Amino acid sequence: MGSSALLNGLFVFMLAAFIGFEVIRRVSPLLHTPLMSLTNALDAIAVVGAIVLVGRHESKLAFILGVLAIIAATSNIVGGFLITDRMLKMFKSSRPTKP
Amino acid sequence: MTIQNVIEIIYLVASALFILSLKWMSSPTTARHGVWAGEIGMLLAIGGTLLNQGIVDYKWIAIALVLGTGIGIPLGLVQMTAVPQRTALSHAFGAFCVTVVGAAEFYLSTPHVPAFKMGVLSLEVILGGLTFTGSLMAAGKLQEILPQRPLTYKGQNFVNFLLFAGAVGIAVTLILHPEMARLFPFMIGIALIFGVLLVIPIGGADMPTVISLLNAYAGLSAAAMGFVLDNKLLIIAGALDGSSGLILSVIMSKAMNRSFTNVLFGAFGQVQAAAAGGQEAQPVRSATAEEAAGILAAANKVVVVPGYGMAVAQAQHKVRELYDALTKRGVEVRFAIHPVAGRMPGHMNVLLAESDIPYDRLIEMDEINGDFPQTDVALVIGANDVTNPAARSDASSPIFGMPILDVDKAHTVMVIKRGMSPGFAGIDNPLYYLDNTLMLFGDAKVFVNNIVKELTGGHG
Repeated sequence: MGSSALLNGLFVFMLAAFIGFEVIRRVSPLLHTPLMSLTNALDAIAVVGAIVLVGRHESKLAFILGVLAIIAATSNIVGGFLITDRMLKMFKSSRPTKP
Repeated sequence: MTIQNVIEIIYLVASALFILSLKWMSSPTTARHGVWAGEIGMLLAIGGTLLNQGIVDYKWIAIALVLGTGIGIPLGLVQMTAVPQRTALSHAFGAFCVTVVGAAEFYLSTPHVPAFKMGVLSLEVILGGLTFTGSLMAAGKLQEILPQRPLTYKGQNFVNFLLFAGAVGIAVTLILHPEMARLFPFMIGIALIFGVLLVIPIGGADMPTVISLLNAYAGLSAAAMGFVLDNKLLIIAGALDGSSGLILSVIMSKAMNRSFTNVLFGAFGQVQAAAAGGQEAQPVRSATAEEAAGILAAANKVVVVPGYGMAVAQAQHKVRELYDALTKRGVEVRFAIHPVAGRMPGHMNVLLAESDIPYDRLIEMDEINGDFPQTDVALVIGANDVTNPAARSDASSPIFGMPILDVDKAHTVMVIKRGMSPGFAGIDNPLYYLDNTLMLFGDAKVFVNNIVKELTGGHG
């Protein structure tokens, strides 16, 4: 990774962190638990790094670690989205929903 | 256009979907769209990655994806009371993934690792390693496999500091001499031990802060992995997760009137052991379920203050029946939610939503505190420290300065409690000795059930 790629990365990180702060500040405290399980599922996007590692099969060690990483991340993706949706389904208003 | 460009464009779309996903979480009415956006983004990103031309072996990718799904489904179906330990466990899984990918990257690149790459790689595996074991410890404490009380020993902070310095020292050495690959396992090892020691001294009541903090670390380590792999989607997802964890940690520490460093290095338990010593027996007034039902039925405005004890007693469904019975009689019932009620941020809201209490009845602390003087009855179920008026008035109290729910300002306070033992933090609660307080001694589930029976004329 060259220094220009590093700078690009830092720009992306800085902008994403600011967007993250602004967007998440607005999340209702009602939903902090589902928020955490959702960000957990999104964070498991790290699976893409593991997929490339396994697919390239460059060394035995990297391959085995990659397979374990895919398993761990996939369980977070599936479990995270599943439980977030289950929780959100339970939140109902006492007021009739507007048409 | 090359395949690589196509993948980049797919990642760009996935990033936008991730941001939208979090934006839609702002309100319960749109939140489920947020889950769908996240799922679509995730599927696109994984599909796009599979287009990568470097991939020669698809079989094991498929097997690993299937195995992960097999583990993920039961983890997505746990009971709502178990959500905090499930969340801690998934922080551990996420951190595990990041750490082992980092280790694999290191061994593929050594001995020629550019200084910058080695720097972020070290950050990735140190943060990932300590988050992995720290989250496992937190999950163990929440699941009550490990003792929930804080374990402290002399020189704890010094040992932690030494370990941390050791890990940083190895990282610096590796940046200067990336060919010294023998040092790499030690760096990970120290990070793993550090994670255990970091969470050992933390008690159950501080879990909301710790889970949030581990969430932030998990996000930051994923962002570091994005730098190592030069993958912008990962940097973005990591930054979003990191900022989310950080915001929640700040909210949680404020709600406990503690600083980050205090939570991590303070070991709450020690202070209170001394504070709880000097308490003497004072008279309290108690009431039966029949009397409590009479007072509730005569009230206009009732505020229920639920705490973790309600979840432990599995009383939330009975509380819902109480809500129904009172609402039918024209009593206005609302729920006051302290930010640290439960074992993770927002946990109490989920438990009450599960028992079908409408979310617009769940009111945050700052919003409801002004209403207590006009409240006829405040009914405290399984909450203790978050209602302790000593936090406002007694400068010698260990929780002095912590924002509390001002239940003592209600006309009548009723507290359902098993006995007069002090709460989780071991601090005596002067609320119980006030003239307007009635103690309702008994199991929360049984007692609420008895009140409901009285209110519905024995048909509850």
